[in-house]
Amino acid sequence: MMLIRLTLIFLLALATGTATHAADTYRQARQSMVQAIEANVRQTSLYLDREALDPRVMAAMATVPRHEFVPRSHRKHAYKNRPLPIGHGQTISQPYIVAIMTDLIKPKPHHRILEVGTGSGYQAAILAELVDQVYSIEIIKPLAESAKTRLAGLGYDNARVRLGDGYYGWEERAPFDAIVVTAAASYIPPPLLKQLKPGGRMIIPVGSRFMVQQLVVVEKDLKGKFTTRQILPVRFVPLTGKH
Amino acid sequence: MIPRYSIALLSACALGFEILLMRLFSIIQWHHFAYMIISLALLGYGASGTFLSLASKRLLAHFPLAYVANVLLFGLSALACYLAAQQIPFNAQEVLWDARQPWYLLSLYLLLSLPFFFAATAIGLALLRFRQDMSRLYAADLLGAGLGSIGIVLLLFIAFPDLALRLLAAGGILAAALASRELRLPLKLSLLLAGTALLPLLLPASWTTAKLSPYKELSQVLQISGARIIDEHTSPLGLLSVVESPLIPLRHAPGLSLLATSGPPEQLGVFTDGGAMTVINRNQGDPARFAYLDQLSSALPYHLRQAQRVLVLGAGGGSEVLQALYHDVAHIDAVELNPQMVNLLRKDYAAFSGRLYDEKAVEVHINEARGFVAGSAHRYDLIQLAALDSFSAAAGGLYALNESYLYTVEALQTYLDHLADDGLLAITRWVKLPPRDALKLFATAVEALRRSGHPRPEQRLVLIRSWQTSTLLVKNGAFSPAEIQALQDFCEQRAFDPAYYPGMPAAQANRHNQLPQPYFYQAAQALLGDEARAFLADYKFNLTPATDDRPYFYNFFKWDTVGEILDLRGQGGMPLLEWGYLVLVVTLFQALLLSLLLILLPLLLRGRWPTRRQSCAAKQAIGHWRAFGYFLALGLAFLFLEIAFIQKFILFLHHPLYAIAVVLAAFLVFAGLGSRYSQRYADSGKQGKGIRLAVSGLIVLGLVYLMLLGPLFSLLLALPTLAKVAITITLIAPLAFCMGMPFPLGLSLLDSKAPRLLPWAWGVNGCASVLSAVLATLLAIHFGFSTVVLLALALYGAAAFAFGKTS
Repeated sequence: MMLIRLTLIFLLALATGTATHAADTYRQARQSMVQAIEANVRQTSLYLDREALDPRVMAAMATVPRHEFVPRSHRKHAYKNRPLPIGHGQTISQPYIVAIMTDLIKPKPHHRILEVGTGSGYQAAILAELVDQVYSIEIIKPLAESAKTRLAGLGYDNARVRLGDGYYGWEERAPFDAIVVTAAASYIPPPLLKQLKPGGRMIIPVGSRFMVQQLVVVEKDLKGKFTTRQILPVRFVPLTGKH
Repeated sequence: MIPRYSIALLSACALGFEILLMRLFSIIQWHHFAYMIISLALLGYGASGTFLSLASKRLLAHFPLAYVANVLLFGLSALACYLAAQQIPFNAQEVLWDARQPWYLLSLYLLLSLPFFFAATAIGLALLRFRQDMSRLYAADLLGAGLGSIGIVLLLFIAFPDLALRLLAAGGILAAALASRELRLPLKLSLLLAGTALLPLLLPASWTTAKLSPYKELSQVLQISGARIIDEHTSPLGLLSVVESPLIPLRHAPGLSLLATSGPPEQLGVFTDGGAMTVINRNQGDPARFAYLDQLSSALPYHLRQAQRVLVLGAGGGSEVLQALYHDVAHIDAVELNPQMVNLLRKDYAAFSGRLYDEKAVEVHINEARGFVAGSAHRYDLIQLAALDSFSAAAGGLYALNESYLYTVEALQTYLDHLADDGLLAITRWVKLPPRDALKLFATAVEALRRSGHPRPEQRLVLIRSWQTSTLLVKNGAFSPAEIQALQDFCEQRAFDPAYYPGMPAAQANRHNQLPQPYFYQAAQALLGDEARAFLADYKFNLTPATDDRPYFYNFFKWDTVGEILDLRGQGGMPLLEWGYLVLVVTLFQALLLSLLLILLPLLLRGRWPTRRQSCAAKQAIGHWRAFGYFLALGLAFLFLEIAFIQKFILFLHHPLYAIAVVLAAFLVFAGLGSRYSQRYADSGKQGKGIRLAVSGLIVLGLVYLMLLGPLFSLLLALPTLAKVAITITLIAPLAFCMGMPFPLGLSLLDSKAPRLLPWAWGVNGCASVLSAVLATLLAIHFGFSTVVLLALALYGAAAFAFGKTS
């Protein structure tokens, strides 16, 4: 009996050790991912109009366990600066793009943010680290359900996910300080524009599932007038200095 | 008895299989990756030469069985390899990140090359076995392929691609049964084989259904709950899938103004090959439901002048037709290439679309857009080219390899010629960042106006943009101050930005939809000014206007930019790469590498490379280098000519599908007849003379065609299609006849002088054909199709000069 107990204790210690080791490995990987993003941002600073991203955004990137949001088979790539497939023809975006998108909507702790297209829930988790309330809508049922469970399991109680058509926004919780539209949109839904607070910002990545071509920021000024800004998340100008 | 019938059937099935694979993989993947996969798979032809040079002795010893077995294996593997290939989870978009993807791709190449390998081994074996009848056999091969190219087009009109695949596999197995009869094998075997041919038709249908990549537009839409395919139609023009999404509407209105208060009504999505969605709007006769069509950038022309007669090019599901109706246009000519698309609106969904295509004001024409305009006697108040390709495909540069005669300088000239006084041409494209399409179109319009003799193009152009789309207007006349005021009002009311109008101040640009710099405005100014040339040279994408000789509007690739983009790959830079062109280069590189390997392999394995002393010893013998050069040149030149002339004739026949089918079949059939005719030179041992005659003939014809086809086509443009097809065939016949002779005569000559090089020549020719198809496109992108023709003629000349002397 004693032997069994000892064995059990030994196995338990081993398991805990392995778990701690895994957590450390992930933490390190996350840290180097954050460093890679910071380096990229420094290079792109001129075009993003800033030297570095909001330190709070970077802290969130360093906190959220991205490996929990990717399929088990892709975990070893979780902290690589690349998009990953999450099933149902959907992807989890490149961390660099997630960081820039989050930064562009200038999240403040008291903000209430709407996300259209939950996917794995990673963007929602990043936002939940930064603001009071996150509301996220997903159109694909299995994704909505797994993201809901995942976010709850990780303790993101301030992020709410619901299954539905993002076109109509989340009327009961409107207005929002910012809206993130990650689901492809043929045009910007008028209800979403309406649910954006004056002075608020909406961000829409445009491109394919694996490659974001450009980011569109819609700004609603205090008078309710809209302007859009199209941003290339890359240090690249189409013309040389001559023109 | 020589197995000419089984060879013809086998060739027909193999060529059909090649075209069908292209269709299937364009549905499963994207066109350009389909192109790469199938190009590489065709190296199976080259590999057969290698295999034969190593194993021909043993195989020839058991000829009838070996031949029948290879024919049978073609039929079986055509189906089996496709089924296996469907299980490979290749995702082109992950190639740069996922180390497994290149292996998946390689497995696809290998699997799909097998059927071609078996077909080519069978034909090569037959050529070796019946050397004295080479020209006859080669003729059967070409004639079969010619019939196959027509056959598959006809088949795709009546059968879905997966059924067509089963039928081709069955055809391959039947060819084996036929072969066993021709070679007098036991009747039982023939019957057994004929019975086996039923096998592909008995498999469960679900096995062969094309499994779309989950990242294609159609797959994405089907993820929405309630969305489902309600109807499918197939033709060689593509697989049309009609999708309804009753729970969550499709809401397709690209570029809709941010200030629009309403969106589109209920819509059905119509996908071509799982992408390029167009929509059919539910039309219940209430024009107010279509107010959204006035909130798109493409509505601009209707606000500048009241159009009486409008031409919509690429009408698709009819959104632009509805837009014209919404703006009270009296007569609309709607041109759509795909008759099945028109049928959807006229028959299956007539009620849903409110019988849009049967409206009194609407006249539908099933025709190719440019051909229709060229042949039209009318002059229009507005010509609207508003069909958008899908954004992700357009943005990835995926169309770079597609020739398009809609957006060339000559095409724009044709449209301008058919505008009424003060009429407008309107073209809407996606806004990409950095800007590409819209600017290339602007440059094209400037060039077209100049060529048409308008010294001040800056008076005749305007360009506006929403956050998503841009609309270019070209006027047959100068824009008036009133029109410019109307344009400003139109933009202001919709939060659109003018990018160019005559006399536009810089402050007007970039206000509502802000870019880091007013790129569109700057570029338009530069393209109209003296520094246009320098601007085009410095811009990081290729904006040089496409022409009919270099019809690659969608190719924006520049080598100068690649390094910079690759440096930015970790920073979201990869989307900037123009994939289509790179895929072409990568395909060429891989094909070159594999070809070299395939050609060198037998020599390395068997040490068959003749030593210099051996070559010199027999002065009469043909050196391996000379043989290598001859068959390489022929392999390259044959397809160069074929591909270049297909393109030239597309402009004449104006229907890409008919042009390809007619030209390809005519080339193969008449080359087959030429090959048959050349037998007399082989029989009399005057192969060299035959080669010289044929090559002289084709060089003269090629040069004459190069000079005269353009003017001749303009002269005969108005003839009915059937007459044009007859003229096409008449023109191709003598050229193709000459082109069919050098290859079998070369083989025959080789047989008499250096027979051990025969399989090797077969392999070199196979590899060269693969390289040739890729190289022809690459050369056409850079130098134009005329250069491709000239190069082909030079290659033929060089080959004849080097080899013809030998006899």
